[in-house]
Amino acid sequence: MSVVTNHSTTAVPVVKTLSVSVNGRWLAVPQTTAHPLTGQPVATTMIQACEIAGVTVPHYCYHAKLAVAGNCRMCLVEFGTPALGPDRKPILNPDGTPQIRKSPRPAIACATPVSPGMEIYTNTPAVEAMRRGVLEFLLLNHPLDCPICDQAGECKLQEYSVEYGQAASRSVDEKVHKPKQVDLGPRIVLDDERCILCSRCIRFTRDLAGDDALGIVQRGSHSTLTHYPGRPFDHNYTLNTVDICPVGALTSKDFRFQMRVWFLQETKSVCTSCATGCNLLIGSRENKIYRYVPRQNDRVNSCWMCDSGRLNYKWIGRSDRLTQCQVRDAQGQMQLRTWPEAIQEAAGRLKQAAPGSIAFIASARQTNEELFLIRHLARKLGAMADSAPRTGEGDAWLVNADKNPNRLGAAIMFGLDRSALPVTSDTAPAAVGSADMLVGPGVQLARSGQECPRSIMGAAAERIGAKLPKIAEGIGRGEIRTLVVLGEDATKHLGAALLGRLENLIISDILPNATTPRAHVLLPGCAHAEKRGSFTNAQGRVQKFLKAVEPPGQARPESEFLVELVRAVTGEQFPQTVEGLFNRMAKETVAFQGITWAGLGDLGQGIAVEVLKT
Amino acid sequence: MTFTVPAQLETELDELLTHYPEKRSAAVMFLHALQDHFGFITPEAMEWTAARLGLQPISVLELVTFYPMFRQQPVGKLHFKICRTLSCALAGSYRLHQLFCEKLGLDCHQPGPQTTPDGRCTVEFVECLAACGAAPVLMCNDRFYEKVTEAMAEKMAAEHGFEP
Repeated sequence: MSVVTNHSTTAVPVVKTLSVSVNGRWLAVPQTTAHPLTGQPVATTMIQACEIAGVTVPHYCYHAKLAVAGNCRMCLVEFGTPALGPDRKPILNPDGTPQIRKSPRPAIACATPVSPGMEIYTNTPAVEAMRRGVLEFLLLNHPLDCPICDQAGECKLQEYSVEYGQAASRSVDEKVHKPKQVDLGPRIVLDDERCILCSRCIRFTRDLAGDDALGIVQRGSHSTLTHYPGRPFDHNYTLNTVDICPVGALTSKDFRFQMRVWFLQETKSVCTSCATGCNLLIGSRENKIYRYVPRQNDRVNSCWMCDSGRLNYKWIGRSDRLTQCQVRDAQGQMQLRTWPEAIQEAAGRLKQAAPGSIAFIASARQTNEELFLIRHLARKLGAMADSAPRTGEGDAWLVNADKNPNRLGAAIMFGLDRSALPVTSDTAPAAVGSADMLVGPGVQLARSGQECPRSIMGAAAERIGAKLPKIAEGIGRGEIRTLVVLGEDATKHLGAALLGRLENLIISDILPNATTPRAHVLLPGCAHAEKRGSFTNAQGRVQKFLKAVEPPGQARPESEFLVELVRAVTGEQFPQTVEGLFNRMAKETVAFQGITWAGLGDLGQGIAVEVLKT
Repeated sequence: MTFTVPAQLETELDELLTHYPEKRSAAVMFLHALQDHFGFITPEAMEWTAARLGLQPISVLELVTFYPMFRQQPVGKLHFKICRTLSCALAGSYRLHQLFCEKLGLDCHQPGPQTTPDGRCTVEFVECLAACGAAPVLMCNDRFYEKVTEAMAEKMAAEHGFEP
């Protein structure tokens, strides 16, 4: 295990600013900002200056993470620049302030760079008249079918219509009709009549997803968004176009007509489909999950997530979920039990087991806190504990080949020799943030230049699952006779035959698998959407997720019943809240030191972990 | 794919590519050349063009549907393009169009190009042909006719072509 300290010495570049005024208020804005695709510095635009000033400029085609197209014209603003005399110096008013020449024409804020001394006006009568005019044009051929439109409630066309729209159309001509219910691909349905041709979806799929699949055919009022006939719009990021579509043109087949968005309760969560840990919002109503949408976190997933992760929520509501605590009686029959009875049973079996005859397999899909409790219990009982690797296909963008959402957490808990853990710089400031920023496929920005307070290189060097063969061997030799399995199908890792040799098999899981029917004690657990907790993603970012729906039946968050199990076995009382448990874990685990549950915020916090290529 | 471009045309297209700093800039000229040769632009021709220019077929489809001079259906041997922009409209181009359609048994109220069932003649309204001083004007294939009178039009339609 190599130990390398990583003190970045890159100087933070001095940000040159210039002074502009937005609606009469002066502020300093950076001269340049990073281009959303290339990361190269490009001139700051008026819309960015307005954003810094806290002034919203209505827009459709502009998206902070996409190339600027400037076609919707909604962000037209008025502006003025200092008048220059023949000597190229500003002409001053009698009071010494520079004379401002108001531009006779408006400009689109999204594509016009700011210049020193520029004054931007976003609330003048002329600007409001322009917005009304633009909106009238955008709505000219719009079907106005909000009552049956999925976007209703989160539609920019609706929102700006309230502010700048008209109650009745002035047009006497029939609207231009365009294709409806166009099957663009396996997950997307397009309504061309609703489309305002902003081209966000085209730019996204061309520039970020790398599949130039969409285009606008025909001309003028007949312009139609489409794909090339016979080439479906089908890659693993297509559903992001539904998110960025400012209107109801692109709709998700999965979510279409399922639920009005204003009924959805939104819960901040994290995707569990791979080790990237994309931030997301769970949309649920009355205990049912209807959709996942990405939540912006520029350190992890920007505004995007993959389709496979987004649609991977249906198992949570499956009807065959484990919902009852069960204990096998002397006749070998499973009997329903209450939680206290089941915990007592499990604790009794663990306490009776001889030291060294116990092993734990806890999935790297369990939270940091749960794995911490398992590690604690394993240490107290002198037992081996490990997780199981779970690999699949990855890509160059968001999908990680490691399918465990908390592999790093598991590696920190189980894969490490504690005494060998180096702490390189405890005196450094507590702010952590050295994880690479991921902004697009294959585009990894350089390290942020912040100093890493700790570098625990090698923390994850030992692959999780390394002890599984030892556990199998132990069971085979009859040394290990008690196995505790959390969230894994042990038959896959140890083989069904070996499990039959165990005296005690204590299992907690969410869904039935080949191992669960063999359990002596079966404890129903929770999906991440049904509990709170934290995961450590592949880049070493600890991210918390919150509870969106209630677990079914008797199922309970694992951290809750593990606290009870630890108390029943060892007599120690761990905090019963997730906050308390997390803070206790952070205190007792070097990798997490200095981090608190409250400090995680919505976007998580990075621990400076260097993942060695194993 | 059964779509094949004759060697000579391909040589011409390769030469065409050298006129442009970027391959994609040649797209419109490629499509013109293919349309001149094949009469109209098929999906195969679009895909072939896209492959040759390093584009996605959707980008070529965008071009083909944007410019009205590119057509995706065959036209007759004689293609009458009657200008309907302001000067010609004032000078009677709608009457000319109607006359052509009546003579050839076509429906002048249908939008877009109309082709006779025998595939010999196509009549189409087009936008400005840039000879407003000599309105009304029309083109028959690549020949240009100015100050077209009803008599000329009737003769053209009747004789399937016209030598002034």
